[in-house]
Amino acid sequence: MTVKLLGSATLAALLAAGAAVAQDDAIIVQSTTSTANSGLYDHLLPMFEEETGIDVNVVAVGTGQAIQNARNCDGDVLLVHAKPSEEQFVADGMGVERFDLMYNDFLLVGPESDPAGVAGMEDAQAALEQIAGSGAPFASRGDDSGTHKKEMSLWSDTGVDPTAASGEWYRETGSGMGATLNAGVGMGAYVMTDRATWISFENKGDFDILVEGDEDLFNQYGVILVNPEQCPSVNAAAGQTFIDWLLSDEGQEAIGAYEVDGQQLFFPNAGA
Amino acid sequence: MQAIGQALALALSLVLSGDGDLLEIVGLSLRVSLSATLVACALGLPLGALLAISRFPGRNAALIVVNALMGLPPVVVGLIVYLHLSRAGPLGFLGLLYTPTAMIIAQTILITPIVAALSRQVLEDLHGEYAEQFRSLCLSRTQTVGALVWDARYSLLTVGLAGFGRAVAEVGAVIIVGGNIDHLTRVMTTAIALETSKGDLPLALALGIVLMVIALGVNALVQGLRMTATRQAYA
Repeated sequence: MTVKLLGSATLAALLAAGAAVAQDDAIIVQSTTSTANSGLYDHLLPMFEEETGIDVNVVAVGTGQAIQNARNCDGDVLLVHAKPSEEQFVADGMGVERFDLMYNDFLLVGPESDPAGVAGMEDAQAALEQIAGSGAPFASRGDDSGTHKKEMSLWSDTGVDPTAASGEWYRETGSGMGATLNAGVGMGAYVMTDRATWISFENKGDFDILVEGDEDLFNQYGVILVNPEQCPSVNAAAGQTFIDWLLSDEGQEAIGAYEVDGQQLFFPNAGA
Repeated sequence: MQAIGQALALALSLVLSGDGDLLEIVGLSLRVSLSATLVACALGLPLGALLAISRFPGRNAALIVVNALMGLPPVVVGLIVYLHLSRAGPLGFLGLLYTPTAMIIAQTILITPIVAALSRQVLEDLHGEYAEQFRSLCLSRTQTVGALVWDARYSLLTVGLAGFGRAVAEVGAVIIVGGNIDHLTRVMTTAIALETSKGDLPLALALGIVLMVIALGVNALVQGLRMTATRQAYA
């Protein structure tokens, strides 16, 4: 009797929990922590949702994990920042088409004391080489995210293999941008970060931007509809509506209008 | 230390202002973890009772396994549930990933072994005291379990609270299967992780304080019920 009662209570609890979430006009966007943590979605989504009635649910993870989740069909739209991986995703038939959406840039931030003396440098590779040479601590994402991929491509151009010093001066946190910045600030280590996360990050300590402005630090975001032919669960109509809106004049203006502390975080470049 | 003072003040103002987002997150935390606790008790108590009063070959091995499963890492549970509920997984057709139901399932898997292992110990100890009496009364197995569970109900309440505590405090499983989606699957612990990654440490800590107050509230409520019941029993 008791068991039966508990059993039906169990079933009721599960059903009640499930019923509240099934809805047609909702999409899941697999995205990066930088776009979510900087508050961009909080700025964009209310406008879009009011106009279209489509609920946008954002899962914010590293680019590598976001792409993997989309490969498992666990999302309708992919919005990330690692162009080669995105193009591979489309080439593999998992995405319909990739569109440039917006850009900003990566920065090298570090402690005021600047033990490697890289402040003011404009050549990112040279700055990394100098950090490696000085043995000053450097905190890397180490998580296959867009930022991590970019960092690794910069290292490979310098010819230095930082992972050989992993655990010594090169410290791979294996976590998100914010967590890595927290760790970097905590141990006085240089960190490569995207500008959006940095500006909206609130635990800067005595850290400052040391290297910026190198063309190689360009950070392009792209948006892709997950291919409904590969993933029948994809809400293609609503997903395409969202992408069209982001790429429209209205969406692009909304992206450009988003500011934190008076600074623009993302620069729309869909038509470019 | 300054940060802690700041967080306390912030926690207080968050609670007093009755912030809608906060209430939503708190509500979902309670809904998910209490549901998981209920389901885990429905599964774990009978299993614990069965293990407590039965003797069968391999029982020791079963006890070791159940006890070891108390140490299940939440992130591993999250990963396993994700792989099953993902559209690419065997249960993907249910469309449960990134829903509160997925979070309830993950937390249920996490705490059922805790409920089973602890209730097994409680009931076995009690059974040791009453075994002869039960035999002399020729009680059936179901009657035995019923009598034991009723007699141990207050201890079992604590077992349930241990499960609830583990569920409401974990972040590793729910962040993977829930996705920490605003207004859909964001709970207290994933909100704390999010604010930490934004570098807003005072807000993260303030949310932590609110979570602890909620846990305190649930425990106080249960304790209150228990004391009322005891008073009535002896009145």
